[in-house]
Amino acid sequence: MKQRISALLLGTALALAAGGAMAQDKTVKIGVLTDNSGLYSDLGGAGSTLAAQMAVEDSGLAAKGWKIDIVSADHQNKPDIGTTIARQWIDVEKVDIFVDVLNSGVALAVNNLVKEKNAVMINTGAATSDLTNTQCSPNTIHWVYDTYMLANSTGQALVKAGGDTWYFLTADYAFGHALERDTAAVVVKSGGKVIGTVRHPLNSSDFSSFLLQAQASKAKIVGMANAGGDTTNTIKQAAEFGIVSGGQKLAGLLLFINDVHSLGLKVAQGLNFTETFYWDLNDGTRAFSKRFSERMKNKAMPSMVQAGVYSGLIHYFKTIDAMGGNPHDGVKVVAKMKEAPTDDPLFGKGTIRADGRKLHPAYLFEVKKPAESKGPWDYYKLVGTTPGDQAFRPLSESACPLVKK
Amino acid sequence: MQALYAQLLVGLINGSFYALLSLGLAVIFGMLNIINFAHGALYMMGAFTAYFLLHLTGIGYWWALLIAPIVVGIFGMILERTMLQWLAGLDHLYGLLLTFGIALIVQGVFQNYFGSSGLPYAIPDYPQIGEWRGLQGGMNLGFMFLPVYRGWVVIFSLVVCLATWFLIEKTRLGAYLRAATENPTLVRAFGINVPRMITLTYGLGVGLAALAGVLSAPINQVRPLMGADLIIVVFAVVVIGGMGSILGSIITGFALGVIEGLTKYFYPEASNTVVFVLMVLVLLVKPTGLTGRAA
Repeated sequence: MKQRISALLLGTALALAAGGAMAQDKTVKIGVLTDNSGLYSDLGGAGSTLAAQMAVEDSGLAAKGWKIDIVSADHQNKPDIGTTIARQWIDVEKVDIFVDVLNSGVALAVNNLVKEKNAVMINTGAATSDLTNTQCSPNTIHWVYDTYMLANSTGQALVKAGGDTWYFLTADYAFGHALERDTAAVVVKSGGKVIGTVRHPLNSSDFSSFLLQAQASKAKIVGMANAGGDTTNTIKQAAEFGIVSGGQKLAGLLLFINDVHSLGLKVAQGLNFTETFYWDLNDGTRAFSKRFSERMKNKAMPSMVQAGVYSGLIHYFKTIDAMGGNPHDGVKVVAKMKEAPTDDPLFGKGTIRADGRKLHPAYLFEVKKPAESKGPWDYYKLVGTTPGDQAFRPLSESACPLVKK
Repeated sequence: MQALYAQLLVGLINGSFYALLSLGLAVIFGMLNIINFAHGALYMMGAFTAYFLLHLTGIGYWWALLIAPIVVGIFGMILERTMLQWLAGLDHLYGLLLTFGIALIVQGVFQNYFGSSGLPYAIPDYPQIGEWRGLQGGMNLGFMFLPVYRGWVVIFSLVVCLATWFLIEKTRLGAYLRAATENPTLVRAFGINVPRMITLTYGLGVGLAALAGVLSAPINQVRPLMGADLIIVVFAVVVIGGMGSILGSIITGFALGVIEGLTKYFYPEASNTVVFVLMVLVLLVKPTGLTGRAA
């Protein structure tokens, strides 16, 4: 009797499980893994979570019976903390997709985990181009920008304009090294020369020692291979030490609109750098940014990282909706995402390559003079555009095993 | 060799901030026996007060040097009256935890409203005398380009440090203060209002932190976490100099700035850790700090 009951129970359980798999599962859990409190929190942070929320609302999936949850956590720019959270999210909370994941060190660590557990990562925050090169993964899409693209666009433009000797000021971790390496390659290729480099710890407040070394090098260009608060402090202190008035030019290899806002136009004017999104590009970007800014506590316009979270999720939602349900299978979803062209009001039309690289145009901007700006957040002049298929590392140079040659 | 001189000078500039901050900590620890972990947050509030003064009321840098320490000092005295005073006589740990909590709350509130990137604050461009544009610009010293503002920071903080030392070690008021820490009951018997003196001392220590904040506003971005980044190093400075030693903290502050500057030149990757390596060495050899007395 006992045996029969347990057999019956087992049968019921199997039937239930099979039934569950047959009915389409329409639940999704999004994990916004970012820096919520440190030097990069204005670029991602709460704004990235807001962008994810807006993507959920705008996707209209709720009306089609989908249930979508968002969780967010602070990785404090520490790879070990990032992977611990990511592991818990996947194992316990059943998170399907990671977005933002800024900080290259954290991104590379989480990248491995996402691959191992077959989840999805749309990385919109990290810069290292290794994510789609040696470390590429069938579970990861690198959405917004990378070090190769930044180097290619800004580096080439500056060498062409006569800046043929470079001195690097580099943040001493995965991101800074990648940015320095990629930029140095472009400089050398374009006929320039790198005459020195100094590596500073992440999150330094005083750059005067490093700036003095850059000044003494007499290089024409001081390349800042750092980001966030490190870059703004470098720029501010470079002005103080007369780097620019002494004839050297500062190259911001990675700057965000929040950095320019924080510096003020008086200090930031004339800087050249590359981004793939600016709120004031066209009607689509303006409409989104206005809605975004109204819901931000400090009324900030979206950074390209935050815009990327929205754009990436919109494409993800389109894909799983077309699949009719969430298979909870990262490789499968990402493969589908790569098949379809992308289209959203923020980044326009684009594609995703086999190596996981999302392609869209890169814009070379110059920061306006105070007199040219109409008010807060009106900061950029568009100087040049590189089409998506030329902006990023060509597949022929790729070391990614996913690329068939 | 020229580069070396430049690094020494730059180190001295950073040392001024270490000295000002560790001096405040030493004063508070020496007189109140409180390990003031809120010091970094109060330093940040000083910088923010300068920013608000300029952008809301148009009051510039020079007045901010006076007003910000007073405003933040009053805030500090309110903290002392409402919270810290109840911890007198308890283990150091309670004061440390309370002030650490205060620091987290203050930083959290500022970050909530102002984000993490920070706000701009320019170097003052007045008074304009002849070629001088306030503290803007710089001069060529031959071996380096010295921004006028940095030179001003070194001189000004040196003066403030020495004045504080003089006040505490050489005046009658200072003597009362030191006596009140040794034996509050006896000093009270002489008709001196000890609790009020302690409140004022805390206000003075906090004011010094706020002053350092105003000084640093034109150099660094005015950021909610500017103090959190700095305070750990400053604590190491205080530990090396000897807890509670006024002169010790001033000298160690400047000296460590210079050592850190040299590290940035010879081995930049270690510049964030050199202070802590030194701290460990000092603790191993002389646990009371370089100028501290045995308890």
